[in-house]
Amino acid sequence: MGAGHAHGGLAAAYVAGNSPVHRLEPHTKLVAVLAFALVVVLTPVHAGWAPLAYAGFLALLLGVAAVARVRLGRLLRGLAVEVPFVLFALLLPFVSRGPRIDVLGVSLSQSGLAAGGSILAKATLSVLAATLLAATTDPRALLRGLERLRLPSVLVQILTFMIRYADVIGGELRRMKVARESRGFRGRHLGALKVLGPAAGSLFIRSYERGERVHLAMLSRGYTGRLPTGPVAVVGGRAWATALSLPLAAAAVLAAGSLLG
Amino acid sequence: MHVPDGYLDAATTAGTAAVAAAGVAIALRGARRELDERTAPMAGLTAAFVFAVQMMNFPVAYGTSGHLIGGALTAVLVGPWTAVLCMTVVLLVQALVFADGGLTALGTNVTLMALVAVAAGYGIFAGLRRVLPAGRTGVLTAAGLGAFLSVPAAALAFVLLFGAGGVADVPLGSVAAAMGAVHLLIGLGEAAITVAVLGAVLAVRPDLVRGARGLQVAPELAPRPSAAQPLDLR
Repeated sequence: MGAGHAHGGLAAAYVAGNSPVHRLEPHTKLVAVLAFALVVVLTPVHAGWAPLAYAGFLALLLGVAAVARVRLGRLLRGLAVEVPFVLFALLLPFVSRGPRIDVLGVSLSQSGLAAGGSILAKATLSVLAATLLAATTDPRALLRGLERLRLPSVLVQILTFMIRYADVIGGELRRMKVARESRGFRGRHLGALKVLGPAAGSLFIRSYERGERVHLAMLSRGYTGRLPTGPVAVVGGRAWATALSLPLAAAAVLAAGSLLG
Repeated sequence: MHVPDGYLDAATTAGTAAVAAAGVAIALRGARRELDERTAPMAGLTAAFVFAVQMMNFPVAYGTSGHLIGGALTAVLVGPWTAVLCMTVVLLVQALVFADGGLTALGTNVTLMALVAVAAGYGIFAGLRRVLPAGRTGVLTAAGLGAFLSVPAAALAFVLLFGAGGVADVPLGSVAAAMGAVHLLIGLGEAAITVAVLGAVLAVRPDLVRGARGLQVAPELAPRPSAAQPLDLR
């Protein structure tokens, strides 16, 4: 469950900058990161050279991070979302079937070790890639990218409203929390539900009513169910080549592994 | 809860992505019936609410806390189709902005938490509403049970997927038992929070709870019977 986004709003994920990675068109970045994740996922689990491939992927990501001037600390903070799954991966060697080996006197499943390790490596690599994307692309640009990738227009609009108002609603939640706590509220046990339930309920009512007001305000400004978008920038072959250099390099690592390994 | 990349093999991932795309496409149509031309702003604001309320920590027992997942609650509040869209959008933002849940696993996450959780939660709610007496208690009981069972339903769907295309060879029965047991506990929390939130909304604006339509209070400005008759003070 997402514990990683408890601290800040949507804008907190973005690190402003003007690096070549920041300047890439968002939809090319989206395609590049998705393709990179695909290559990582397609790496065979039980191949002997898999750890080397993972190291190669990690080196590629760190290279992109260096170009984008995203600090290591930002990347490591991004990894916090992984924690529940680290536990699951650590459990696998104990519960998996198949031939077993003894490590320090504990009987572990060989295939479980490989699977646990690869799950950990793959999840980490893909989280790092997605963190890089979020750190170099602000949410509104992501939205433009999704729109250019032909996400259904209604879904894009819902996303637009959500991204626009997530921090507003989050701020409302924070103000309610400050108000509660300045009146001496300390939620320590289940009894707090009597206070927190109505708080969440009134947050829903406020969100819903705000939605109705926003809709009316937009209607009065001529909203017809579509949001006008300006002309889109032409993206040449070179920009695509720059963006896709990450997944292509990863694919090269994968190909080298399966040919040589 | 979010499935990261690399957990399921390529075929299962592609399969769930197709299921997710089809489900969202159907939900886009259904939501037009629920919200007509207000679809985008209302679903967007509801998604922002789900996103915010997932950040709210509810204390469970001493020291531990949990948060709402919200599939069943949203379905009862705004209707199942809109709820599918809201959960999908929240999952998309979590994957893209917070790297929470894998990018290639997005289809899997949408299938589990937007489709299975909402379908199970709302299905149970709607079924129980027919059986249970109409009224506030009936609505709250049905919603609570729906929320309670929606969580283990999503977890068991994940176990099934892991059995079909997981990367590890684990005894499926014991995994299902462990996942089921843990998620029954999480489901209890989900049910408690759902009932508390729904009860609060029902008390203030019952007209906003879509699943409780027909529960509206009788209009208060009805012409009164002549003063000779005893007043019916309810």
